[in-house]
Amino acid sequence: MSNTHAADLALELKELTKQYGSNQPKVLDGLNLNVKQGELISILGASGCGKSTLLNILSDLDSKSSGELRVNEKTTLIFQEQSLMPWLSAGKNIELALLINKVPKKMRKERAQELLELVHLGSSFDKRPHELSGGMKQRVAIARALAQERKILLMDEPFAALDAITRDFLHEELISIWQRTGITIIFVTHNVREAVRLGQRVLLMSSKPGRFLKEWVVDIPEPRRIDSPAVSQLAREITDDLRLEISRHG
Amino acid sequence: MAESNLDLTKFSAGLDALESGSSRKRSPIASLLNFIAPALAVLLVILIWQLVVFLKFKPDYILPTPTQVWGSLQNEWQQGVLWDSATNSLRRGLQGFAIAILIATPIGLALGLNKMARTIFRPILTGLQQLPSVAWVPASIIWFGLSNTTIYAVVLLGAVPSIANGLISGIDQIPRIYLKVGKVLGATNLISIRHIVLPAAWPGYLSGLEQGWAFAWRSLMAAELIAVSPALGPGLGQMLDKGRQLGDMSLVLASIISIMLIGVLIERVFFAPIRERTLRNRGLG
Repeated sequence: MSNTHAADLALELKELTKQYGSNQPKVLDGLNLNVKQGELISILGASGCGKSTLLNILSDLDSKSSGELRVNEKTTLIFQEQSLMPWLSAGKNIELALLINKVPKKMRKERAQELLELVHLGSSFDKRPHELSGGMKQRVAIARALAQERKILLMDEPFAALDAITRDFLHEELISIWQRTGITIIFVTHNVREAVRLGQRVLLMSSKPGRFLKEWVVDIPEPRRIDSPAVSQLAREITDDLRLEISRHG
Repeated sequence: MAESNLDLTKFSAGLDALESGSSRKRSPIASLLNFIAPALAVLLVILIWQLVVFLKFKPDYILPTPTQVWGSLQNEWQQGVLWDSATNSLRRGLQGFAIAILIATPIGLALGLNKMARTIFRPILTGLQQLPSVAWVPASIIWFGLSNTTIYAVVLLGAVPSIANGLISGIDQIPRIYLKVGKVLGATNLISIRHIVLPAAWPGYLSGLEQGWAFAWRSLMAAELIAVSPALGPGLGQMLDKGRQLGDMSLVLASIISIMLIGVLIERVFFAPIRERTLRNRGLG
């Protein structure tokens, strides 16, 4: 940790704290974290641990109360709920991101099509969000985030509402995108196996207030499978810690 | 590696085909029924009307037959009065409505986006919306005389509050997630209004426009009915008033039916297709 140069870091948190009022309990309490460029880390925690608050602060939707926050690259955020504009087709949703990103008009359509192909949705350009399944919507949302060409991708339980088969597939998609683009990904989830399946590191967060309790380096090579013995074994170990943390609140 | 990539592609294609809904199309029979059923209802009303006339509750100068009213319509048509009146009224109505949109949209946007402005001004807007705009006719005649200005003033006072309030409710009902996405995408205020706020608020805005048109048309008829002057030219309201003055009940009913028909016509050919397309596009229809 000490030999990492600041220049290699995508983001740094020092004693980051969030409190919605001086008489309110702390939501986030003294978070310390260094994330290297190109790293994929999972942040794991039960409900109410402030995971979403943390991502909102990292993506400028919310502000910190105290501590230091250095975000060296621009971030983008993928939400759990369906976030595509329902009045635009899949392709036009991506074109909107390109327009905001000041991509010239004549290049937008082609670029949007390329991004859809990247998430295996090349033939869905003209489909409206309501015609897409939950998994397809999240893939369009990922393509839209990639259209922004930001180096840090924050994901707030993006696959929580999906069925297991679709989620498995999206894990593979996400890993393949991460390997090809080299972006930094911070993946927040309450699903232990998912955290192990995806992350190079897994950070366990406590609830009320949110603190980082423990960290695991996941030394399982890709392609990983969520049902492999190695993933299951580490997941079991982490689950024990998570249960212990949840029991504290009883 | 190549093989596993291919598998992923095929797998995703299969998954997508199984999971995404196919869009349903309405059958031609259902579409035909949607047209025939309302026509039959109108026919039923005419039959009941005819029946009541047959029972001779009232003399026919008070309750004329459908045929007599049809005769009046034909008569006015042949003299060119019906066409001139209808087109003149429609032109006034549409012009007034267009001006109302231009005035109401910035008001709605300002009050929809700015909480402070809304707190201060919305009660006035709601008050204006509650007031039947016919109440402005006497005031307008005193201010502007028997002129087109009077008529347009009444139309605007009828339509603007509805359109502005519709846009405000449309903005209120935007799910927060779309505004958050706009921020995450890095949209400036102007881009956000043009590409996120206005399209997201469109269903509410459209309801406001529909209501605004209905109010514009009603207000116009009220104004035409009261502000009668040769200087104003023909109009359906004036035609109605002529019927009243002559004690010609057929002409009165013919005018009322014309006013209704034009209202329905605008709703059907203009608003209904836009509303249906909006709902279909967003998966709400």
